[in-house]
Amino acid sequence: MQRYIIVRTFQAIVTLWILSVVVFGSVHLTGDPAAYMIGPETTDEAYEQLKKNLGLDKPLPVQYWNFLKDIVRGDFGTSTYLGRSAREVLIERFPATLQLAGAAFLLSMLIGIPLGILSAVKRDSAFDSIGKLLAVVGLAAPPFWIAIMLILLFGAILGWLPTYGRGGISHFILPTFVLTWAGMAGYVRLARSSMLEVLDSEYVRFARVKGVSEQLVIWKHALRNALVPMLTFAGLTLAGLLNGSVAVEVVFAWPGLGRLMLQGITSRDFPIIQATVLAASFFYIATSLIVDILYAYVNPRVRYD
Amino acid sequence: MAQPTTLITRGLGSPVQMLRRARQLRLPWLPIGIMSALLICAIFAPLLAPHDPREINLLDSRIAPGDSWTYPLGTDIMGRDILSRLIYGAQTTAKISLLALAVGMVIGTVLGLVSGYEGGALDAVIMRLVDAALGFPTILAALIVVVVLGTGIEAIILAMVITVWARFARMVRGDVIAVRDQDFVIQAKITGVSTPKILWRHIFPNTVNTLMVVSSLMVGQVILLEAGLSFLGMGLEPGAPAWGVMVADGKAVITNMWWLSLFPGLSITIVVLALNFFGDWLRDTLDPKLRRSG
Repeated sequence: MQRYIIVRTFQAIVTLWILSVVVFGSVHLTGDPAAYMIGPETTDEAYEQLKKNLGLDKPLPVQYWNFLKDIVRGDFGTSTYLGRSAREVLIERFPATLQLAGAAFLLSMLIGIPLGILSAVKRDSAFDSIGKLLAVVGLAAPPFWIAIMLILLFGAILGWLPTYGRGGISHFILPTFVLTWAGMAGYVRLARSSMLEVLDSEYVRFARVKGVSEQLVIWKHALRNALVPMLTFAGLTLAGLLNGSVAVEVVFAWPGLGRLMLQGITSRDFPIIQATVLAASFFYIATSLIVDILYAYVNPRVRYD
Repeated sequence: MAQPTTLITRGLGSPVQMLRRARQLRLPWLPIGIMSALLICAIFAPLLAPHDPREINLLDSRIAPGDSWTYPLGTDIMGRDILSRLIYGAQTTAKISLLALAVGMVIGTVLGLVSGYEGGALDAVIMRLVDAALGFPTILAALIVVVVLGTGIEAIILAMVITVWARFARMVRGDVIAVRDQDFVIQAKITGVSTPKILWRHIFPNTVNTLMVVSSLMVGQVILLEAGLSFLGMGLEPGAPAWGVMVADGKAVITNMWWLSLFPGLSITIVVLALNFFGDWLRDTLDPKLRRSG
């Protein structure tokens, strides 16, 4: 087990390192950061001076080393667009995203898994059909479109909920709902199919033959085994959540990382792009590491792979 | 559970037999119909669209659906015809998604074949790359690509390929490992057939079923991805006839002009639904083994 944790952590660090090379490379390949920062009307001396200040006159490996030292300390430079430290902006925006993505991550699990399991237990009932429909539409409809349609319905037509920005709990409902639905759909589908499979297995049939009550068979014997694949899936939904939250933050003007990222791209604000991409990747890689380790606890077979 | 059907390997037989077999397969006609409609719109867009999708006509702007026979689905702020834009949008979607899928499939298949056949260190490296690509959020990949290449169709196609190839590579590798130690491969090796030829002539044909299933399951996701990226303005220019762009264009005026976002979003949803149903059907028919991994 210990070995597994060490190997897996090492892999996560290697992934992060590769990423830092890619991000560094992307900024230095797309052109001259100094020329971009200083604008067209300038003297050659001022340009050389800026290059020197930024350390751009040094050889690339040295520049990369300095870059690495800076990001490890959390120094991403000054945002060219906002004129503030990129780290400051990042810290300011991070809680909003954590709140939204965290709530959606938990809710999609808490709603999706029971729904899928009930769907399987009450197979071919009306409940099952509703569960399947929710899952199928959730997997096919783009979250950003659902978001806009909800704004139309609850904001414009009914006027029940605010559709813009962050504030009280009412601001929170629509964006969380959109993200949760998209995440939930996968759980419903997976929980349903894995529960159906378990219910069809030898040991569940044996328990039934033995005369164990149906309730006990479902909730004790079957459920526990059906839950194992859910955990690996949790890691995968995280990627989907990150994808979805950028679009949802943009639609609802939610002041989080996703929107910041996109603003960084449109204004070609390299410090912001570096900070957000690295922070989001770090967050993502760290969470999947935790999920994998938890999974190894639940399912001992994984450890010896 | 459906029995695996040898849809491809057996000959087609007489028309009567074909008809009987088609009935046995329980073809999903509605999804097939929707997919055909998408392809017809994509191929014949210039013939089907009543107007030029980019033509600005301020005199006819903001017409609601049903108010005018000339513009059955209404017009946008610039007076562009929504129906024509939807039809051309099908073309954009089909073009970008199929291209990304094809490139991803070729790269994934080649790497999967090599990885599964050679094994060892090369296999380990390729599989680590696969893990990284599968787990990595597409949006981050897309952002990095956009930073390097700038916005444009190439950028979103590349971002999509980065996520797509890995799924093919993993599935193909599994198939290769299943057949690589079988007699027909070993015999070919002993008789001195070159490795590329063994891979192409003897191993690749065994992966075709998997390729078909995985690609049909992937198309829907690829279309959603394309829509999402163009919604965020990372792929196509504003005003381009693409469904994701159209949803984005309607976002600001959703309270007054609901039809701008509704129709393109509905098109995406219906097409992806159809593709997902078709993919599930194909998987159950060709390869029930894959049921769980979808």
